Amino acid sequence: MKEITINVIDEQGEAHKLKTPIEMGLNLMDVLRSHDLVEGACGGMALCATCHCYIESSHKLSDQKDDELAMLDQLFSIDENKSRLACQIPITELIDNITVKIAPVD
Amino acid sequence: MIKTDIIIIGAGPCGLFSVFEAGLLKMRCHLIDSLPVPGGQCAEIYPKKPIYDIPAFPEILAEDLVKNLMQQIKPFKPGFTLGERAEYLERKENKNYVVTTNKGTKHEAPVVVIAGGLGCFEPRKPHLENIENFEGKGIEYIIKDPDIYKNKKIVISGGGDSALDWAIYFSKTASEISLVHRRSSFRGHLDSVEVINNLSKEGKVNLITDSEVYNIVGEGKLQEIFIKNKKDQKMCIKTDFWFPLFGLVPKLGPIKNWGLNLEKNAIIVNSLDYSTNMEGVYAIGDVNTYAGKLKLILCGFHEGALMAQSAFKYIFPDQKSSFKYTTVLGGIKGF
Repeated sequence: MKEITINVIDEQGEAHKLKTPIEMGLNLMDVLRSHDLVEGACGGMALCATCHCYIESSHKLSDQKDDELAMLDQLFSIDENKSRLACQIPITELIDNITVKIAPVD
Repeated sequence: MIKTDIIIIGAGPCGLFSVFEAGLLKMRCHLIDSLPVPGGQCAEIYPKKPIYDIPAFPEILAEDLVKNLMQQIKPFKPGFTLGERAEYLERKENKNYVVTTNKGTKHEAPVVVIAGGLGCFEPRKPHLENIENFEGKGIEYIIKDPDIYKNKKIVISGGGDSALDWAIYFSKTASEISLVHRRSSFRGHLDSVEVINNLSKEGKVNLITDSEVYNIVGEGKLQEIFIKNKKDQKMCIKTDFWFPLFGLVPKLGPIKNWGLNLEKNAIIVNSLDYSTNMEGVYAIGDVNTYAGKLKLILCGFHEGALMAQSAFKYIFPDQKSSFKYTTVLGGIKGF
């Protein structure tokens, strides 16, 4: 099974290098949550923003849907150029070697 | 005092189905929920979204799932305390628990089941040092009775539907209304955005975009708020009220103070019967955690079934529960 690498900077600034398969229908929140890096309270429905992260690399990601944009719009820690909800980013080859920074919880 | 066998905190799908499983064992249930209707997230957040992983339902709308569950538990005549948040948990000398809500309603039972889902949805608060000093003294996160604010000066912050709707409403009743938004465009319904822009042109709403509140001042109550824009230009508005409307965030709420063992806002349970560290208190559904936990409605149903068996043995230690299939029972006999 093909794997990709995800580089994560946690809330304390510590770096993690994660490997994850691409053929299991996971999203980025699933992977981060399985390593206890985000809470992912709502289970991936863009309802809670407990998987808010900043995309630090220049990867081109899938477009944001209204639910995600509306949720991000309410956050105080938003960075308009970098903020994403990890639950809305599918794990595919397109994000291989991406670098994400976990945002502080609002 | 409402007396029952099992107090269920949370009337989402798992809480509702637990009434059925408890009812089969002749235990009565009473549900408490801070929302005004049963159904939890399914009713409040995504009623029109289809769910695809409920066994035997290839597709079912969340609101229909709730409707079906309500029908399924009807024979067991559950009680409901809705629109009230479970605030305190105390244990009496007879070992029964008393759960008191924020409105003072008291419930007594030998068993408490926490089926609180994501918890209570609380307002997302701006990060201002002294904000708590003005809560209830000019700052409100939820507008309950709009008549209170008639002919007052009001500032609203936010860019979603709630902020827009209230700004439109208060443009008719307040003496002055300002809407402060961090960005230049709004994400609310297009109709509302158009109305706000027109009200701004007519001078009925003071629209302040690309800006946010950075300081609040007052003696005894809120009197002035300070706003800066993206170019760091600052202004001060004299106001009676400020409504920061930045949506809701799920929090465990008062439950976190009840002495339960927690891990990251979830209640740690024994996956044998979903009991907690407190005797007679169980936690099922999204609110609990254990090795291998999956936050799925169907898992919550399973947890409710095992919880009911354990609760029966706890409440009636001298009685033998005979496990029977519902088909064997020849119909559901309620209370």
